[in-house]
Amino acid sequence: MSKDFEPKIIAFCCNWCSYAGADLAGVSRLQYPTNVRIIRVMCSNMVHPNLVIDALTKGIDGVIMCGCHIGDCHYIEGNKSAQKRADAISLMLEDFGLEPERFRLEWISASESPKFAQTMKEVVDTVKKLGPSPYC
Amino acid sequence: MIELTINGTKHELSEGKSLLQSIESVGLSVPKLCYHKALLPYGACRLCLVEIHQEGRNPSIQASCSFPSINGLSVFTDSDRVKKARKIVAELLVARCPDSENIRRIAFDLGVGEPRIKKKNDDCVYCGLCVRMCEERMGRDVISFSGRGPNKKVEPPFGKHNEMCWSCGACNFICPTNKVVTNLTSTNPLIPIPNPFNLGLDSKPAIHILYPQAVPNTPAIDREKCIHLNYDECKICETVCEAKAIDYLQQEEKIELNVGAVVLSPGFELFDPKIKPELGYGDYPNVITSIEFERILSASGPFSGHVLRPSDRQTPQKIAFIQCVGSRDAERDYCSSVCCMYATKEALIAKEHIGSHLECDIFFMDVRAHGKGFDEYYQRAISSGVKYIRCRIPSIKEIPYTKNLLIQYLTEDDKKVSAEYDLVVLSVGMEPPKSVKEIAKTFGIELNEFNFCKTSVFNPVESSREGIYVAGPFTEPKDIPETVMHASGAASRVLSLLSDLRGSLIAEKEYPPETDVVGKKPRIGVFVCHCGTNIAGVVNVPDVVEYSKKLPDVVFADNNLYTCSNDTQEIIKEKIKEYNLNRVVVASCTPRTHEPLFRNTIREAGLNPYLFEMANIRDQCSWVHMFEPEKATEKSKDLIRSAVAKARLLEPLQKSYVSVTKAALIIGGGLAGMTSAVELANQGFEVHLVEKEKELGGNLRHIQYLLNGEKPQDELKKIIQRVNSINKINVYTQAEIKSLEGSVGHFKTIITTNGTQKEFEHGVVIVASGAKEYKPTEYLYGQDTSVMTHVELEQRLISGNEWLKEKKKQPARTFVLIQCVGSRDKERPYCSRICCSESIKNALKIKEISPNANVYILYRDIRTYGFRESYYTKARQKGVAFIRYDEDIKPIVSRNGHGLQVEVFDQTLRVAIEIPTDFVVLSAGVTPDEGNKTVAQFLKVPLTSDGFFLEAHMKLRPIDFATEGVFLCGLAHSAKAIDESIIQAQAAASRAATILSKDFIELEATISQVIEENCDGCAFCVEPCPFKAITLIEFMRNGVVKKMVEVNESACKGCGGCQATCPKKGIIVKGFKLDQLYAQVNAILGA
Repeated sequence: MSKDFEPKIIAFCCNWCSYAGADLAGVSRLQYPTNVRIIRVMCSNMVHPNLVIDALTKGIDGVIMCGCHIGDCHYIEGNKSAQKRADAISLMLEDFGLEPERFRLEWISASESPKFAQTMKEVVDTVKKLGPSPYC
Repeated sequence: MIELTINGTKHELSEGKSLLQSIESVGLSVPKLCYHKALLPYGACRLCLVEIHQEGRNPSIQASCSFPSINGLSVFTDSDRVKKARKIVAELLVARCPDSENIRRIAFDLGVGEPRIKKKNDDCVYCGLCVRMCEERMGRDVISFSGRGPNKKVEPPFGKHNEMCWSCGACNFICPTNKVVTNLTSTNPLIPIPNPFNLGLDSKPAIHILYPQAVPNTPAIDREKCIHLNYDECKICETVCEAKAIDYLQQEEKIELNVGAVVLSPGFELFDPKIKPELGYGDYPNVITSIEFERILSASGPFSGHVLRPSDRQTPQKIAFIQCVGSRDAERDYCSSVCCMYATKEALIAKEHIGSHLECDIFFMDVRAHGKGFDEYYQRAISSGVKYIRCRIPSIKEIPYTKNLLIQYLTEDDKKVSAEYDLVVLSVGMEPPKSVKEIAKTFGIELNEFNFCKTSVFNPVESSREGIYVAGPFTEPKDIPETVMHASGAASRVLSLLSDLRGSLIAEKEYPPETDVVGKKPRIGVFVCHCGTNIAGVVNVPDVVEYSKKLPDVVFADNNLYTCSNDTQEIIKEKIKEYNLNRVVVASCTPRTHEPLFRNTIREAGLNPYLFEMANIRDQCSWVHMFEPEKATEKSKDLIRSAVAKARLLEPLQKSYVSVTKAALIIGGGLAGMTSAVELANQGFEVHLVEKEKELGGNLRHIQYLLNGEKPQDELKKIIQRVNSINKINVYTQAEIKSLEGSVGHFKTIITTNGTQKEFEHGVVIVASGAKEYKPTEYLYGQDTSVMTHVELEQRLISGNEWLKEKKKQPARTFVLIQCVGSRDKERPYCSRICCSESIKNALKIKEISPNANVYILYRDIRTYGFRESYYTKARQKGVAFIRYDEDIKPIVSRNGHGLQVEVFDQTLRVAIEIPTDFVVLSAGVTPDEGNKTVAQFLKVPLTSDGFFLEAHMKLRPIDFATEGVFLCGLAHSAKAIDESIIQAQAAASRAATILSKDFIELEATISQVIEENCDGCAFCVEPCPFKAITLIEFMRNGVVKKMVEVNESACKGCGGCQATCPKKGIIVKGFKLDQLYAQVNAILGA
């Protein structure tokens, strides 16, 4: 494994909480690794499992899905469905020979900018340890 | 204008700038240390070196900060010679101050690690920033350089503390090595400016944004602390602000408004616990108020969400909460209503943050968990290990060395305990605002005995002056949902008053016709924002622009200093016309704040507003990767590539509209339903009021008198009269709903009323179906005529009370009132909220009729929240005996030869008591109506596990259902008092009016769409839809049965759960189509 491995990570962030949390991390100038690319979705419930699996099998090294805390969902309980879907995605990863740590689900509210920065740091660290996606 | 050649590229630039400024203005960065925008260039650090080629002279290396931009110069910022020179400088700097993180970082960026020369271990690099700051900006001149060569140092004159120093701390702030320069100049400590948002637990600058999510999110100058406004110095913010937005001359303005009504909602103030010195607040650092603890728990709080105690910033392991600080005492004979629950919440959140081992003890008198769902929450706290100790503690003592706190208390079994805590949180109560008397005088309104605004039970949002309405804790301490309801209620009263003028101040905006882009090849324009230096200070904007130009379908890309400024909006519109753009991408900040602005701009240029996409390169690149400019630039390119990829697939979207039937269906003709009906009719809307019983009035028919002496039956008569006299209200009694179809704006309902069928259309529904009294099965109820419920007692007390009056042959009677009958038990775990006050009301009535009567109230917690508390006090003064029993040892009612007998184990005295009594009165709770289930099915709205209706959000949307166009009020929501029902009913009317006042409802454009050819009707998406907006349909097509799903556009909110569930791309969310998301992923992959 190359020492300078810089993973590419996609974060799907829901518009109402986590994307706002990422914005607040910016406003608060909280520094986190540059490896994460955010894709804005309206709800964590919008992310199709194929999207995650395809990303990971085409060369993305890690995917994180972020939504509102349970009970705070803008769409009543879209995040609960997202949770179920995330469990299914985790099961699918195994079939594709991918480490379960490459995918993560996290609830981050609009005010939890430190949590956002910390989570991104953790995700990058985890994926760095795993090395590049086997599909790279 | 002058011409400069920078790194081989020619630039036309404005005159009069330093070379450094010119270089930065084209988006290039130069390392620097002693340079500061607000100070004169000094040329001391030599990090900003560049190579200069001037005609007729040898190339030279110069400090760009102090070299002028001369016409015709050729400059190289990254030649090998420059890099080498900078490296040597950086190495010398590290050798001087190896401990400074800042200098280490600058050196690291230039490729310098450990210096090769001997380290000096100094804390000063002689950059002169502090000296210049003090002289140029603060006008103090307290510190300067003295000595020469190796003896050079920064010091005040004669090396002595100097009274000219005002300890402003500007020198410390600007020092790159974080040296505390003020130690040299003054013995006075720095006085930080306390940050009011964090209750002074941390400090703030003299200009700042009030809090991260403030609206407007604009900084404000603190007039009292601003050095410029007070001493005519500084002005740094003016120099630094590239938008030139600082205006020191701004004055307070007086604005005259002509209004038809006023809503007063000045809120409340917190009780100042310094008034109670025995609690040590203000003296002991680890005694804090609940609101301070709330900030400590917050992620945006003073310790970034780490739960630390103030004295030593250590994590507490044992926390005590003291309830009723500034509530329920001799001076403030009211309950603040919210403290029990917020203490419970804070204890639970603290345990979540610190870990379940954290000990939380709550010292309380009664746990007042009277709100909807609160008792369940309280039980959860107990099972999570939060300890509730029933004791009003006399005082708090600090243990000097550890700064821990000592609380001595008596346990329920009379044992003396001394407990030590790391942190004590005082649950401070609510007080009226300090300016309340002034407010009252200005507006000519009356206050009550506690100095809150005076209202009455049947007019809970009216002040004593017509046209002035009130909302929030200004009238009585209350929780968030009650405040939200109150505010909507006030809005409804205003809407009724001003219904003729509705919409008269609105001017509609006109747009040019939309350009047709369907089927045309995308022509994308990319606008990259500098955001002053916010983006360009880190991200290489010119590089990003050049990169963007090469992306597929991009026909134009440029950079702007501020893309959100008015002139740039004009530029965007011009470029759309000039380049015939049909998609626009802006790379700047967050779409959450700026998307509406840009969408409006492109709409003004004739483009559909949905042909727009943003890349957030400020919040996601420059601000969060400040020290990695190259990587931040690369990431910016990735984000723009992703945005362009999505933009290529964007389609024009149209919002659809549904027309609104301007009528309301109100289910339930009790107090709440009637109130809503009158409100809506007064606002000009037709109402269909459906009541299942023979007559209107609901539960209010059984209430004969109130605590404060108001006469409910008179009021009931008045309101029924009003309902019957208003033409717009159609009343249907003995009615039953047979069917209810449709969605927001257009419902159709069929009912039967008095045997005939009626059908009508309406735009909204208000559920006011009420609740009923629990019919007890315990305590000999129904078997013994002397055992009755409190409603039955009320009837007996009002219908001739001779039987109770004390006469010669009739001694005073004995009453035992038992609380929590059918509430707070296994079957009905919720609190019925009103029974404690009802029992006290009846007890006082008995005492009024027969002063010597013996009245015992057997209770678990007395929950006389708000001003009801004073009646609890009054009842005790009148001799009503309160005996507390435990849920596990319930009272026993029996009848023997001597009469009725109640046995109870008194938890306070710890003894069993037998009370011979004449009557037993049961405080039967509130139970939901069985009919709720049917109504819920008709409307597709949820019920709680207790059987009440479940609103969209417990705190913030207590009147709405998640289903649009359906609202909720009264007892159908949860148990509540008369005034609370009225408020919620008025609130429901005002929420309903937000729909009824429109001719059309605009629906979201980004909602689901079924792709007919892909959908095979598998219906996987039906169940996951949180809005029940998807239905499976079957129809015949070409002789075969076709199955597919259908989206109810007025119910769909566009969350995309269906899209993510569909295995066949049979349903998509417009604007977030799976293909568009795929395009973004692929773009990020670099494909």
